[in-house]
Amino acid sequence: MLCSARFLFLIQFSSIPLPVSLSPTKSLHAQHHALADSSYQLDVLNPAQTAGAAFPAFAAKLRETGLLPLRPTEMTVLQVNVGKMCNQVCKHCHVDAGPDRTEIMTRETMQQCLDALAKTNIEVVDLTGGAPEMNPDFRWFVEGISALGRTTIVRCNLTIIVANKKYHDLPEFFAKHKVRVVSSLPHFAAARTDAQRGEGVFAKSMRALHMLNAVGYGVEGSGLTLDLVYNPSGAFLPGNQLSLEREFKQRLSREHGVTFNNLLAITNLPVSRFLDYLVESGNYEGYMDKLVQAYNPTAAANVMCRSTISVGWDGLLYDCDFNQMLELPVARTASQHIRDFDLESLQARAIVVNQHCYGCTAGAGSSCGGATA
Amino acid sequence: MNDSTYYNPADLAKFGKISEWQPEMGRKFFDYYGEVFKEGALSEREKALIALAVAHVVQCPYCIDAYTSDSLQKGADEAQMMEAVHVGAAIKGGATLVHATMMMNKAKELSM
Repeated sequence: MLCSARFLFLIQFSSIPLPVSLSPTKSLHAQHHALADSSYQLDVLNPAQTAGAAFPAFAAKLRETGLLPLRPTEMTVLQVNVGKMCNQVCKHCHVDAGPDRTEIMTRETMQQCLDALAKTNIEVVDLTGGAPEMNPDFRWFVEGISALGRTTIVRCNLTIIVANKKYHDLPEFFAKHKVRVVSSLPHFAAARTDAQRGEGVFAKSMRALHMLNAVGYGVEGSGLTLDLVYNPSGAFLPGNQLSLEREFKQRLSREHGVTFNNLLAITNLPVSRFLDYLVESGNYEGYMDKLVQAYNPTAAANVMCRSTISVGWDGLLYDCDFNQMLELPVARTASQHIRDFDLESLQARAIVVNQHCYGCTAGAGSSCGGATA
Repeated sequence: MNDSTYYNPADLAKFGKISEWQPEMGRKFFDYYGEVFKEGALSEREKALIALAVAHVVQCPYCIDAYTSDSLQKGADEAQMMEAVHVGAAIKGGATLVHATMMMNKAKELSM
């Protein structure tokens, strides 16, 4: 099965045009797509094992910069992926999330996260998914994080707020817990947003943004932070973060009466569906070349995996959400599950790197907090 | 890549190599080029869109390639990019048509 899938991939890779496009409503997982297999994604990314062009090994690049082995700095963020279920099926999603994904974090694992937090001074818990709000214990978890006096970030896709009546009060819930809301909006033009995130997503996102603004999010002096995430709708790097922020603020306020705090520009990493898009559209080599050419030592020194630990829906620990999706766990020298969380062994670990890491070190750098250099 | 055509997309990446045969002028040109496209009184996006329009007017495939990517990267959308090309086209068409006044003058001069 896998072998025939690989054969199909090689045909596509040698750029014979095939009239196949990704079904917009199903995950790669549900399509039994070859790239749903993380080890196969790693094969594609490591050209020695494929027919593709060879790019210099990311680890070798880090060695040149004097950063190998890549070591953690201070752990300031616990990023928790509470499940792959999502109401959207975005074309670039590195999680391969969607309505057909059933992997979801249990309350027991959330409790283990809270226990780990209580043992440390980690200030921020960054909740991601899927749509984190679709986890039935999402609110319980946020309340637990608040009770420990820590800050929650929720990576909210916006449309979830208007998807169902039971989510309509999310803005009030977020405000009550002073949750920092970080939401994807790849473009102020509806067509470019919908091309990436699905038909009608832009209009629903505007409705959700108005609801967030109405309770004070993104409004000056409210103390409630609403950040938007820009990521390119295609095979190119993000432009200057500040200049994009200016344009977004102007256009969203003028055309939609929407306000927000910061724009975070994030580079798409060649993982899962974005990798599939790159390969199918014939952009893979060109995009990898752009990333490699734009390698920035300052961005390399500031990669977020040095100050973040990522928890999977099943409690396994990873260096970042991308490694999580590629099923590259933290080094064996460290505790590998949240129930065994041991700060000392984690701080002493070497961070696992691979070719996708070029995405975080290109140009102005990229992290869940936007540009890094 | 087919070598029997004048234009090869891979040559765009070799642009910097023009300095190899004339380093001093090459360096000055690229310094100037870099300075021109920096954010200034015009934003980087506005400059990318102007470059895109001019690229079409001078019909330079390398420039169209480069400034389509650059306009997208700077956050421009399809509508802005097409309008920019129309600005170029309007000037080019206008430049042709405004010369019709010369034709009219000459024709009137020669006619009874």
